[in-house]
Amino acid sequence: MTKKRSIEEINEKILSGKAVVLTSEQVSAMGRESSPAEVMNRVDVVTTATFGPMCSSGMFINFGHTTPPIRMERITLNNVPAYAGIAAVDAYLGATETALPHDQYGGAHVIEELIAGRDVLLQATAKGTDCYPRTEVKTLINKNTVNEMIMFNPRNAYQNYNVAVNSTQKIKYTYMGTLLPAFGNATFSTSGELSPLLNDPEMRTIGIGTRIFFGGTTGYVAWHGTQFNTGKPLNKHGVPVGNSATLALIGNAKQMSNRFIRAAYFEKYGVSIFVGVGIPIPVIDEDMARRVMIRNSQIETNILDYGSPGHDNLGRVDYRSLFSGEISLNGKKIRTAPLSSLKVAREIAEILREEIKGGRFLLTEPVELFQKTTGLNDLEIRL
Amino acid sequence: MKSRRFVLTFPPEASGEPITYNFIKKYDIMVNIVRADVSPGKIGHLVMEMTATGKVLKDGMEYIRQQNVACEPIDKKITYRSDLCIHCGACSAVCFPGALTMKRQTAELTFEPEKCVVCELCLTACPLKLFSIDLG
Repeated sequence: MTKKRSIEEINEKILSGKAVVLTSEQVSAMGRESSPAEVMNRVDVVTTATFGPMCSSGMFINFGHTTPPIRMERITLNNVPAYAGIAAVDAYLGATETALPHDQYGGAHVIEELIAGRDVLLQATAKGTDCYPRTEVKTLINKNTVNEMIMFNPRNAYQNYNVAVNSTQKIKYTYMGTLLPAFGNATFSTSGELSPLLNDPEMRTIGIGTRIFFGGTTGYVAWHGTQFNTGKPLNKHGVPVGNSATLALIGNAKQMSNRFIRAAYFEKYGVSIFVGVGIPIPVIDEDMARRVMIRNSQIETNILDYGSPGHDNLGRVDYRSLFSGEISLNGKKIRTAPLSSLKVAREIAEILREEIKGGRFLLTEPVELFQKTTGLNDLEIRL
Repeated sequence: MKSRRFVLTFPPEASGEPITYNFIKKYDIMVNIVRADVSPGKIGHLVMEMTATGKVLKDGMEYIRQQNVACEPIDKKITYRSDLCIHCGACSAVCFPGALTMKRQTAELTFEPEKCVVCELCLTACPLKLFSIDLG
């Protein structure tokens, strides 16, 4: 019978300072000379991380009540609209929200200011009711004056993502960065072998309730992310090719740091936010050992043409080539560039490794594992 | 022989002296014009790479200044807030002359102003807006 290791056992080792914790880059390097059985014997936990632009992010805020109180119906923060249709003084500030379509300042920037502890201008209006008579509020708030700042990101940590190129004769400004004409460049956005869901592709250890590093503090996996798709084809190393699984994440934004949460503006596209996520993966058996040993050369994704209306699939490429700075497509050499910061992802994986080694971060058993899906629904225009 | 890139700023009332020609003929400086934006009655800019020995380059600079044309090394004109950089790599995607590249080992962005052609694509490609170019 093959050896197994429980989360409880791993946590005992962590608390007694005996756990062997490596980053997934370290374990990928180790995997060149070791078998899965050896890695299973020698390593207890592998830390993974990513720091990329993740649009589907935002924050719930509870402002506290004024005297007399107001039931806020329209809210702006530094003039950026926040969703007020929740309760009297609750709001959700989406990272990509802006006051005007071409604003370069948006929800992500307000989130950054709040995390930094700076004052933000709150303006709210209401019709006024018998129980909430006030109709207007204009004041300054910051992270110490509000009750809660809960970051809740419906879709983060994409398991793999496509490469973007542009076949047209014009520059394309996209969420995948500025794409030069005539295949002038190719951009990609994952941390490859360091990326969380690429190290546990079947999500055997990551599920609802998993404790993670989130924006500089401890957070949790709340649910599967939106557009969660486990129906993508797998390559021969068991890794899905192209965009597949995602995670919904939750954490206390009051404790986050702008080293790991950064506002961004993509030219002629809009505002987004860089989110730092680190996930520990327990090496529970030989299969998990084999998974965390995955190397960039074994992870593949699709090259999509953002110049064509349907984003035509032009072929497949592996991450070793993408990180090398150049790929080959139909005989043409194309310069590649990342959009997700490998440097900061490495920093996160290292912090998480130190936290676990120091006994300050314990691993969790998922409360529930994710259901498999068969694909995504398209939005049909029915009228 | 040294190659360096400079930004020449011409005042609207520039003398009309054929500076580039004199560079080549009088001083034997190898000149490569990277970018030119010169119109009558306006402040003009010429970005050029000059290759010559240190002494010749110095004499050439002196000549330019006598013509009332400002000449500054290109790195003085470009600001990159490296302290705020997250090293995502988005700018390296558009930098076709290869002045902005990602180091493979450290995954850090490196900026070599000597390779810059002042195309200004990085200004908008950086999602954190950390580049600025002031041609004066």
